Amino acid sequence: MFDKTLAELAQGLKSGDFSSVELTQAYLNRIKAEDEKYNSYITVTEEQALAQAKAADEAIAAGTAGAFTGLPFAHKDIFCTQGVRTSCASKMLDNFISPYNATVVEKFNAAGGVMLGKTNMDEFAMGSSNESSFYGAAKNPWNTECVPGGSSGGSAAAVAAQLAPAATGTDTGGSIRQPAALCGITGLKPTYGRVSRFGMIAFASSLDQGGPMTKTAEDAAMMLNVMAGFDKHDSTSVDRAVPDYTADLNKPLDGLKIGLPKEFFMDDLDSEIAERTQAAIKEFEKLGATVKEVSLPNTALSIPAYYIIAPAEASSNLSRFDGVRYGYRCENPVDLEDLYKRSRGEGFGAEVKRRIMIGAYALSEGFYDAYYNKAQQIRRLIRDDFAKVLSEVDVIMGPTTPHPAFKIGEKTSDPVAMYMEDIFTISLNLAGLPGMSVPCGTVNGLPTGLQIIGDYFAEQKLLNVAHQFQLATDWHTQSPQGI
Amino acid sequence: MSLDRSDVDKIAHLARLQIEEQDAPEYAQNLSNILDLVDQMQAVDTSDVLPMAHPLDAVQRLRSDEVTEANKRDALQAIAPQVEKGLFQVPKVIE
Repeated sequence: MFDKTLAELAQGLKSGDFSSVELTQAYLNRIKAEDEKYNSYITVTEEQALAQAKAADEAIAAGTAGAFTGLPFAHKDIFCTQGVRTSCASKMLDNFISPYNATVVEKFNAAGGVMLGKTNMDEFAMGSSNESSFYGAAKNPWNTECVPGGSSGGSAAAVAAQLAPAATGTDTGGSIRQPAALCGITGLKPTYGRVSRFGMIAFASSLDQGGPMTKTAEDAAMMLNVMAGFDKHDSTSVDRAVPDYTADLNKPLDGLKIGLPKEFFMDDLDSEIAERTQAAIKEFEKLGATVKEVSLPNTALSIPAYYIIAPAEASSNLSRFDGVRYGYRCENPVDLEDLYKRSRGEGFGAEVKRRIMIGAYALSEGFYDAYYNKAQQIRRLIRDDFAKVLSEVDVIMGPTTPHPAFKIGEKTSDPVAMYMEDIFTISLNLAGLPGMSVPCGTVNGLPTGLQIIGDYFAEQKLLNVAHQFQLATDWHTQSPQGI
Repeated sequence: MSLDRSDVDKIAHLARLQIEEQDAPEYAQNLSNILDLVDQMQAVDTSDVLPMAHPLDAVQRLRSDEVTEANKRDALQAIAPQVEKGLFQVPKVIE
């Protein structure tokens, strides 16, 4: 049962092969027995899950069920869940019981989804390895000595270890696509503004976007059908009709024009990942696609620009954690400044503090033009590169990451080395474009991902392209040994 | 770009972050490395490029000035570290 996709589970619920309560209980039992190995959950919400499953079974019996009714899944612990701890994997919010639901959470509740729990992540979504979590690193189910990627590492590990059939994630610089690639699952970062950010704890507001992490593209389409849509509570939410993301899955790819950016196949790219990526492109040629080389000349500048914009926005967003209204407060503050400084100094981990300080520095008097303004100018150059290429091709493809999963502890002492792992994913966030990662092979027993990039609001196209690839290949059905 | 100990103290103060004495050298080193990385931007001529704040060049949406939320003070203060008579408590700021 645990290898079934959301689409297959929905069929099983509909035809009465099992109830949502049975399905949910089976997953809860499996989490209890297995998650010690992976540390993929921060909180398991057994009682609420069984109550939601019971309500779903009643809706199914009454004939009022929708496409998502009764399906279990997990939320990244960055989405506020009313009455349930929402920690963002930080000591700062270890005691934070959210008084309200994120819009994404409301949408899954309204769709009849069953939340199994809240998944592990890098603290405040700042990281590419899940090692900055206050609750300890999540482990990669393909090799538990390796990182699952990050920041949505717990979501990726939970899906890969079959501790949830699907999970939500968020992506600020690659935090859905990179862990999806490293754990051998499917991940989609939608267009900026497509999924509401309300109640999704803010890291870098002009880059953050929520999206699905699943076994298949078809499941990602089912998830996005629930998640997407305008929200008046999010000031950058886009007011635009939501299509049925499953509608175009079966369109043939004959005539699809694929662009391969030469900058994605240079320098530091692992040679075996390059081979797997090229092999995947060959599959698309067999499906009728044509391929041409394209250029995104400012790709290398995306990391420097990102490491100004994201920390600058983070330093502003995280100023709300002051030990006064909610979250961690230090013991016995002597005055207000001591209260602020010690609550924040003790409540935040090292990577979060580094990024807040970089941001505070970049925004401080005299430096704004040299850093933040400059980064915003480079951001436009990066977007214009994509716009030019996407006027010539339907989708852009390349590797999701330059390397497979690395060992836990391998890069923690060198933050800049860690940042370079996001070289292929970060530019999309700066441009606001949608992107997916789908499994396309393994290197030394560790999965690698193919990244598929499309134009604004081309999620249907991406899902169609990914689904056709998954009909032609079986990388996405492979599981780690012993799972 | 190389930051020294006093730069780290100054930035940490701006960000209202307590940094432990023994951790300061490592922060100085890491922050300097990050600034070296971002300084790659300075090699690019962007004199004619408009800064981009939003990928779709959207502007701030406005709404009419109406009360839409109910008062949830009790629920919101139930998770506060220290509350008295409906007020958030902090150490004395006025002598």
